[in-house]
Amino acid sequence: MSNLGTDRVKRGMAEMQKGGVIMDVVNAEQAKLAEEAGAVAVMALERVPSDIRAAGGVARMADPTIVEEVMNAVSIPVMAKARIGHIVEARVLEAMGVDYIDESEVLTPADEVFHINKSDYTVPFVCGCRDLGEATRRIGEGASMLRTKGEPGTGNIVEAVRHMREVQSQIRKLIGMSDDEVMTFAKELGAPYNVLLEIKEKGRLPVVNFAAGGVATPADAALMMQLGADGVFVGSGIFKSDNPEKYARAIVEATTHYQDYEMIGKISKGLGTAMKGIEIGTLAPENRMQDRGW
Amino acid sequence: MIKIGVLGLQGAVREHIDSIQASGAEGIIIKKKEQLEEIDGLILPGGESTTMRRLIDKYDFFDALVAFGKQGKPIFGTCAGLILLAGEVVGQEKAHLQLMDMKVERNAFGRQKESFEAELPITGVADDFNAVFIRAPFIREAGEDVEVLAVYNEAIVAARQGHFLCSAFHPELTDDHRMTAYFVTMVEESMKELAS
Repeated sequence: MSNLGTDRVKRGMAEMQKGGVIMDVVNAEQAKLAEEAGAVAVMALERVPSDIRAAGGVARMADPTIVEEVMNAVSIPVMAKARIGHIVEARVLEAMGVDYIDESEVLTPADEVFHINKSDYTVPFVCGCRDLGEATRRIGEGASMLRTKGEPGTGNIVEAVRHMREVQSQIRKLIGMSDDEVMTFAKELGAPYNVLLEIKEKGRLPVVNFAAGGVATPADAALMMQLGADGVFVGSGIFKSDNPEKYARAIVEATTHYQDYEMIGKISKGLGTAMKGIEIGTLAPENRMQDRGW
Repeated sequence: MIKIGVLGLQGAVREHIDSIQASGAEGIIIKKKEQLEEIDGLILPGGESTTMRRLIDKYDFFDALVAFGKQGKPIFGTCAGLILLAGEVVGQEKAHLQLMDMKVERNAFGRQKESFEAELPITGVADDFNAVFIRAPFIREAGEDVEVLAVYNEAIVAARQGHFLCSAFHPELTDDHRMTAYFVTMVEESMKELAS
């Protein structure tokens, strides 16, 4: 007797990605470059976040042709994005055999009230979070992996840092609480009580938490690892840089050896220009992707 | 105390360390090849085998790992680790460490949505082991000297060849430490042998 799509199998898949880099790609050629550089998975997209920003309009699930092309090109896992609350996009990606679905704020939300009930699916989901309340709500809905939201497509690490620090500091606060304080904390955070109890008991999140949204250099990746990320997603940072191959390799190495500063210095030499970034203060409120979802 | 390392380049490293400690040995994360000298046995964890191989080459681990195995020190590979140990990988021109005489196939059960848990008997370990398979490989052909320890739907999913052990599933993802304890015993035996 075998059981498919159990929590252990879905969360376990993310455990295997730890210490690794997941890269956004838009075609087979980029996917192969990412795999060669040592990515643990690729995210198949129609456009990287910075191009989604530039294009404006409604961003949707990628054309299945692109996702299929990427799946055929590499042997590492392939992830793809569905719009927040878009049950059908998620089911289509599941039917195609995608290995992980990102219910992502990078795309235009399909539902402003409800996220997908991810426990219903055999395929695992990764979701974004800005604090422990959002993280535990997604876990409550069945997310098998988390990532900080950061501010996608900006090449600016400041929001990813804010979100990772917030999650980590709230976990530390929770662990230090007595049991009778947890319900009030759950109320303050809007968090499911039982998920908080589980975190308190384990001393950590029950799922893997990667960093995303603004990683542009090897040092950025190492910074996020040092702040407690289990791995990093790099969106626009690789293929919007001067030399994607060099950047991809350097970011993988910096993630593995995030405390070896001499090595990070060495691999950061002569990489060429990183993606052009955006100062967060110049983003109009309606252009902040992190505020999508709740 | 017996010291067992876990290759810490990428993958489920912490879970193996926890399992080693629960089995009464000391677990050490191995990030540099010099650390191999400190340990009595090594676990190659689950993760992405292509990523691990790239990092193994990058940090000059390859020859050191082969030498570690050839000295008679035990190695246990799970999932991606099994692929690293194999003499042959289906569809790949060149395999990796080639320490075990077996031909393996990557992602042999399918993609993530086909990943599963199943209860298995494992020779010498347990009759009812809850095995977690994640985009798992299997052993298509095992050489004469390879002892098959577990089979699922006619596919070989755990095996031993002398001081090398491998499983297509992830014993580190459950609280059942019997498979790790089996490996700890292998390490104990090898220490006695190497000392004599």
